[in-house]
Amino acid sequence: MSLDDGVCTVVTTAPADLKVRGLTKSFGRAAPVFAGLDFDIARGASVALVGANGTGKSTLLRCCLGLIPVNGGTVELLGQDAARLSGRAWRGLRARTGLVAQKHNLVPRLSVLSNVLHGLLGQGSGPRFWSHMLAPAPAREAALQALERVGLPDLALRRADGLSGGQSQRVAIARALVCRPRFLIADEPTASLDPAAGEEVMALFFQLVRDEGVTVIFTSHNVEHALRYGDRVLGLANGRLEIDAPTAGLAVTDLGGLYG
Amino acid sequence: MADATTRAPTRFERPSALAFLGYALGAALLVWALDGAGWSAEKLAASGPRLADFMSRAWPPSIDALGRLSWKMVETLQIAIAGAAIGVILSLPVALVAARGVLVPDWVVVIVRTVLGVIRAVPDLAWALVFVVAVGLGPFAGMLAIVMDTLGFCARFFADDMEAVDKGPAEALTATGARRIDIAATAVIPAAMPGMVSTSLFGLEKAVRSSTILGLVGAGGIGIELKVGFDLFDYQTAMTVILMIAVVVVAVEQLGAVIRRRIIGTDR
Repeated sequence: MSLDDGVCTVVTTAPADLKVRGLTKSFGRAAPVFAGLDFDIARGASVALVGANGTGKSTLLRCCLGLIPVNGGTVELLGQDAARLSGRAWRGLRARTGLVAQKHNLVPRLSVLSNVLHGLLGQGSGPRFWSHMLAPAPAREAALQALERVGLPDLALRRADGLSGGQSQRVAIARALVCRPRFLIADEPTASLDPAAGEEVMALFFQLVRDEGVTVIFTSHNVEHALRYGDRVLGLANGRLEIDAPTAGLAVTDLGGLYG
Repeated sequence: MADATTRAPTRFERPSALAFLGYALGAALLVWALDGAGWSAEKLAASGPRLADFMSRAWPPSIDALGRLSWKMVETLQIAIAGAAIGVILSLPVALVAARGVLVPDWVVVIVRTVLGVIRAVPDLAWALVFVVAVGLGPFAGMLAIVMDTLGFCARFFADDMEAVDKGPAEALTATGARRIDIAATAVIPAAMPGMVSTSLFGLEKAVRSSTILGLVGAGGIGIELKVGFDLFDYQTAMTVILMIAVVVVAVEQLGAVIRRRIIGTDR
């Protein structure tokens, strides 16, 4: 995907940041959550992953980042075969990725600035990155700039558990973006927000990731969001991809069958 | 109101045969334990007058030795505070390798938890005897005993607190390439901190209770005064010691409850 004056154009020849082939995942002896999934995500693309509860959307996202093991198939993330990566290599790769989750996942008792600073732990390790009080000046500056990008620089020293839901998710977005990632996963980023805050957060999130050319795969139960913010939709049902199509040719009714 | 055709549930269920067997086994176990413990109704009945005799000889408590006993109580508190503080500090790194999914593989966790179980299984008086042999009579042996007692208690419960924290923040940091030690320091420990503060205060209360009797085996503190009081039939001094211990232990427990409410907002 390329960006020209803010207009997104899907360029099919862009190299893939994520290549999934024959991906299968099951828990214990239960039937696979999904099996034989194949799809690519081009660099800079924004892909919506939709499907009913329990179809394995969150599981699929976590498999892509190696957060949970897979039972079969391959995942190639940012040009690297996940199966061949050592622990150290995974950390190096994940320093260019991020995760924004439904529950925001901030550490409640710490300051907003420290929470954002922790997004840099893939690039800098040790006590100097544990708290904003000890952090090197460039790291503090980067964290503050990330907070400015989400419009919350004034709340830098407030405790994370004193934020509203919308503010909290903005901070989580700042934490995910502070390390300038190339690939982001957003798992139901607005599910715990009221509709107005949800719209605001989605608009801000996609403005930022598009500005920075970040590749995104996100899940949402809001099919309007999927069509508005995704270049492409992957529809997961019955353990396989029932839909894999550009959003341009899709309507809300086309996705209704996934929830039947 | 319930439909007229709906039958109200029975108030009491008839226990199954297996449940009856369980109750019978429980009752038999209690009888067996009482027998082994030398249960004697006659002795219990005869104990009243003897207890009354003791109370008449112990009351009023002696205030002549209050100055000396107060200094012993200060030493007792010093043993408890120093031992609990060192025990809590040591518990933090030990808990990190005793908590599943935080720093080390599960097999290491099993080993560390087993060692902590052994440390906890040894009573504080036994630890005091060991350290009296190792470092000699006096409060230092008592303090080391309290360190072991606090370590066995706090490290285990710190680890439980760490395992119970929300895994979301750790997952978010893992997704950015953070190391396990960084995740432990920035996501696990801060989230577990309220529980760990509460556990530490319980550790201090436990240390104060333990330190009052370590003197019985020569490990410092006010316990030696209690032993000497009973050995010399100086029950008035012994009663003074008992009351001082009760006042200090209750005061420390109340203080712990107040601090817990202030810091954590709960009485946990």
